[in-house]
Amino acid sequence: MRDLNPPTSRRDALKCLAYGGAGTVFVLSGGVLTPFSLAEAASREAAGGVPLFVQLSDTHIGFTKEANPDVGATLRLAIERVNALAEQPAFVLHTGDITHLSKAAEFDAAAELLKGLRATELHTVPGEHDVADATVSEYFQRFGAASANKGYYSFDHQGVHLIGLINVLSFKAGGLGALGAEQLKWLEADLKGRSASTPIVVFAHMPLWTIYEPWGWGTADADQALALLKRFGSVSVLNGHIHQIVQKVEGNVTFHTARSTAFPQPSAGQGAGPGPLKVPPGDLPAALGVSTMSVKRHPLALSLADSTLA
Amino acid sequence: MRILKPWSAALLFTVAAALLSMTAARAGAPPAAAADAAVTVRLEHFMFAPGTITVPVGASVHWQNLDGEPHTVVSLEGLFRSGALDQGDSYAFTFKTAGTYRYVCSIHPQMVGTIIVTAP
Repeated sequence: MRDLNPPTSRRDALKCLAYGGAGTVFVLSGGVLTPFSLAEAASREAAGGVPLFVQLSDTHIGFTKEANPDVGATLRLAIERVNALAEQPAFVLHTGDITHLSKAAEFDAAAELLKGLRATELHTVPGEHDVADATVSEYFQRFGAASANKGYYSFDHQGVHLIGLINVLSFKAGGLGALGAEQLKWLEADLKGRSASTPIVVFAHMPLWTIYEPWGWGTADADQALALLKRFGSVSVLNGHIHQIVQKVEGNVTFHTARSTAFPQPSAGQGAGPGPLKVPPGDLPAALGVSTMSVKRHPLALSLADSTLA
Repeated sequence: MRILKPWSAALLFTVAAALLSMTAARAGAPPAAAADAAVTVRLEHFMFAPGTITVPVGASVHWQNLDGEPHTVVSLEGLFRSGALDQGDSYAFTFKTAGTYRYVCSIHPQMVGTIIVTAP
């Protein structure tokens, strides 16, 4: 992994993000969505704005197998990249699988690493790897306060309404994650009376659309949540779980899954199951990464950029 | 011990499951002394093998994870719940009542298994 050369300006930071990633920036403004290349984005004011948050996902602290024997080192690298942004994000979102086995020692190690972030505000949702302890208590002991131990909650930042959902507990046998009736009812109440021009960011661990059902890459009752979001002009749905970028746009809703900071996974249906994908060590940093959501004023617009750790 | 407050009618993991799971034999436990009725289910290639087994009342079922990925064994009726089983870890549960018990891996819920417990 190469040394980090901290960018000297925001423009350089954006370039760094842009050229490091193999992705697309979406600019959302009042429901009008414009995708353009990251390289182009770096030179366009439209991709600017202030970093609102960085999305980290699938850090899998505790994983030690050959796909990445040192997931702490790659998380540290990701944190260095975030810290090097000339303008720091207001907060960091972690979209789950903080740990690999829900062990207390893994959560503690993750917390220690995440303390290295210059941005001190951290919001999380759990992945199924975080609630795999027999008592389903380790995650909630540490992160339950934000949601009164329910796992779902919302908050506002700079005019953007952010909603964290949990879809890793109430799953359907044979496949997909699920939100459950109580959470959907809460979501309806949370959105009620909110202006349709409020940009909405929904974050949850498992994809809120079905990417590949045989591997459980989806959420069975996500459609009910999306129906509630339909009237909003700008909705970003950010997920993790699949350790690779998959995105789609449907109406005013942009769906996006983030890379892991630990290890990649095969694309849908390639191989026996959704396990860690071993790549040549030199290729690993390019398979890992973070996503950055920036916000711009006048008009209020969000843009999302992916960057790798290469 | 803190228990997740039930937040959904569909929540499958009950307080009872959590309590029961604590009484179940944990990783590394030797096979049941009464080996006459011990059965092993392998967790391999993202499947339970065999997927369905029939055992008599009183039998202990041992699950062993052979995959590089961690798995769990979670009863859909809330009867038992293992913690995360890393490669090589095992979990056991003794069935005291006849019935049909479906279970999944909570990390990969596409993995589904069934234990049929028959009365003597």
